[in-house]
Amino acid sequence: MNVIVYLLPIALALGLTALGAFLWSLKSGQYDDLDGAGARILDDDDIRKD
Amino acid sequence: MAGIDYSALVERKPDGTSHLDLAIEGITCAACIGDIEHGLAGIPGLGRARLNYTNRRLAVDWTADALEPAAVVARLEELGYKAHPFEPSREEQVEAEEMRFLIRCLAVAGFAAMNIMLLSVSVWSGNVTDISDETRDLFHWVSALIALPAAAFAGQPFFRNASRAIRNRSMTMDVPITLGVSLALGMSVYETAHHAHHAYFDSAVMLLFFLLLGRVLDQVMRRKTRAVAGNLLALRADTAAVLDADGGVRELPVKAVKPGDLVLVRPGDRLAVDGEVVAGVSEVDASLVTGETMRETADVGSLVYAGTVNVTGALTVRVTAAAEGTLLQEINRLVETASSARSRYLRLADRAARIYSPIVHLTALLTAIGWAMAGAGLHDALITAIAVLIITCPCALALAVPATQVVASGHLFKAGVLLQAGDAIERMAECDTIVFDKTGTLTTPEPRIANAAAIPADLLALAGRLAVSSRHPLASTIRGEARGRRPLDAVVEEAGHGVRALVDGTEARLGSAAFCGAEAEAEAALREHPDATVMACAWGGRKAVILLHQVLRPDALEVVRGLAARGYRLAILSGDRERPVAAAAAALGIDAWRAGLKPADKIAALEAMAAEGRRVLMVGDGLNDAPALAAAHASLSPVTAAHLAQASADGLFLGDRLAPVAGAVSIARRAVAIMRQNLWFAVLYNLVAVPLAIAGFVTPLIAAAAMSGSSIIVTINALRARPGRTAGAPSAAPGLIPARRGATVAA
Repeated sequence: MNVIVYLLPIALALGLTALGAFLWSLKSGQYDDLDGAGARILDDDDIRKD
Repeated sequence: MAGIDYSALVERKPDGTSHLDLAIEGITCAACIGDIEHGLAGIPGLGRARLNYTNRRLAVDWTADALEPAAVVARLEELGYKAHPFEPSREEQVEAEEMRFLIRCLAVAGFAAMNIMLLSVSVWSGNVTDISDETRDLFHWVSALIALPAAAFAGQPFFRNASRAIRNRSMTMDVPITLGVSLALGMSVYETAHHAHHAYFDSAVMLLFFLLLGRVLDQVMRRKTRAVAGNLLALRADTAAVLDADGGVRELPVKAVKPGDLVLVRPGDRLAVDGEVVAGVSEVDASLVTGETMRETADVGSLVYAGTVNVTGALTVRVTAAAEGTLLQEINRLVETASSARSRYLRLADRAARIYSPIVHLTALLTAIGWAMAGAGLHDALITAIAVLIITCPCALALAVPATQVVASGHLFKAGVLLQAGDAIERMAECDTIVFDKTGTLTTPEPRIANAAAIPADLLALAGRLAVSSRHPLASTIRGEARGRRPLDAVVEEAGHGVRALVDGTEARLGSAAFCGAEAEAEAALREHPDATVMACAWGGRKAVILLHQVLRPDALEVVRGLAARGYRLAILSGDRERPVAAAAAALGIDAWRAGLKPADKIAALEAMAAEGRRVLMVGDGLNDAPALAAAHASLSPVTAAHLAQASADGLFLGDRLAPVAGAVSIARRAVAIMRQNLWFAVLYNLVAVPLAIAGFVTPLIAAAAMSGSSIIVTINALRARPGRTAGAPSAAPGLIPARRGATVAA
């Protein structure tokens, strides 16, 4: 059962990373405009002339 | 639009940049995002413009002091969007912060619940196979390591409310939650230290996760309506022409106008401030304030109120802050008294908590005493009692109401009703009587042409085109009804009289009867329709009198009949004179009507109905309705209502149809029926689970299954809170209101 000794910390670290990523995305306002985010990806502003 | 000084609404940041929020009207599809953002990019000095497509708001930042906010508004106008600069309200900011905090708590609880469950499932399966005692202890300690800090963080919203409730000696659902969670955690740590087989870390954290979900749902509903209400407010935020000391006129947003300022009110303007007339004589239309459709004369010394329309002459008004002893102060006082009574209303969930908490705590106590008396030992007796507390923790109960509210308010939203109060759905569902105001509520807020059929078609069309060039409020009615689109060339507006222009070499006029030389016709028409406002149109030798009349909303009769058929008692309480009220009541078939009521009379009438045991839904729009709106059991206002009336009402309805009112009551009734079902389900669940817990059969596995199972069932049931077929057709929401995702707003 020694495998637990390193599997547990790895599992927890992965979970914490995901939590950290979520909190960061929340803080940076990525959930403020859910409808807009879906539409913005279709905006091809890189090929606009002006 | 250009020329208005928006600097009062600009937020200046410490790093030298400036920021302005604008509510945008006319966004219909996702392509507008690019249109607006790229379209604004050309303005020199503008740093960043970002549109929030969800709530139809544009945030603009710039560094250069040289940039005029009005330039942004003007550019948007060119692009085809109307922009209304505004300052986000304090409540909205507080609620956004609260929402972010709740989601952080939810994320932490979710993370902890998932990881602890990972360990718990291993322990549960190990318990029936061959887990070693050391491994189980290790798993339990690791669970404690995750659960304790996570609960301390994620439980904050409940702990805070519970301590506040205890200090106020009241009972809310937060008290049993806090007690259950802390006891479960405390017991689990103790059990782990004594190498026991069972620990309840997973139950405690999962409980917090589900409860937080309920709170987030509750907040989502409130925030959404708040954002739309904020946009509507921005849309209505008028400007005022403030007179400088040197006699110059500046257009300022109303927010920037201070008491003592002199404001010039031109004929046709809607007053944006309260004040005292210091110069000029005019007639004012106070129908939004008093419900009175007859105009009043205002001259030097008269008090005038925001919301009235200045009709004939220019007025100079000194802005008053809180006018003492005036109608407004009286109304404010009545509103305050009335709304304090309403704040005592006990919500369904709180009423359930009042019964629920003592029963649960008593059951747990009796379980401990019972087991101790049966000789089970103090430790086992306590463990069983705590298991009772955990299994009864109001998971389903806490989700039952908010989940239903979110679904119901989504449907209300589609039906054109925005709720401002969280408990409005419950109160609205309890109503058995609906009381309407007449002016602006049963009738359309703007007058309509009463004799359109009698006017020659070409003269009517001409009037429509002339009206395009006039800024008089009645002109907008004629423009709308006569479908005037293309303006005529070289139109001259004579303030207080009308507009004139040359058409095919002959002069055409639109304005007062005297201006068009149609006094005789006007007098004859007035004898027939004494309540109508008379305008006239003349072209060459031909004249036509245009009668403007307040008419019933297009679907008023249908809605009123439908409501009566569903068993509602209907009444009209109006501040207008007897004749028009009687006519409206007769047209709609409402027997119970009263006219000429003052705000206090309306409250008295409502109290008399309440004394008969009736619960009243008040629908009104005027300033004079505000106290009655606050005093009624529940209330709705059209979106065109006076500010104070809107603030006093539980909800707003959009559009010029009355159907949203009927829709709102049926959706509310259905939602409350489902809330009750959910609460009864929670009772049923407890009837099954509690005996098991008392008997000592509840293991952490059963607790986890019962908790998630019941939460999922009430959430699924909440989705049924859809309106029935009788709800009436939904009204078209203006482009300002966010459409539901994927849907486009129909014109």
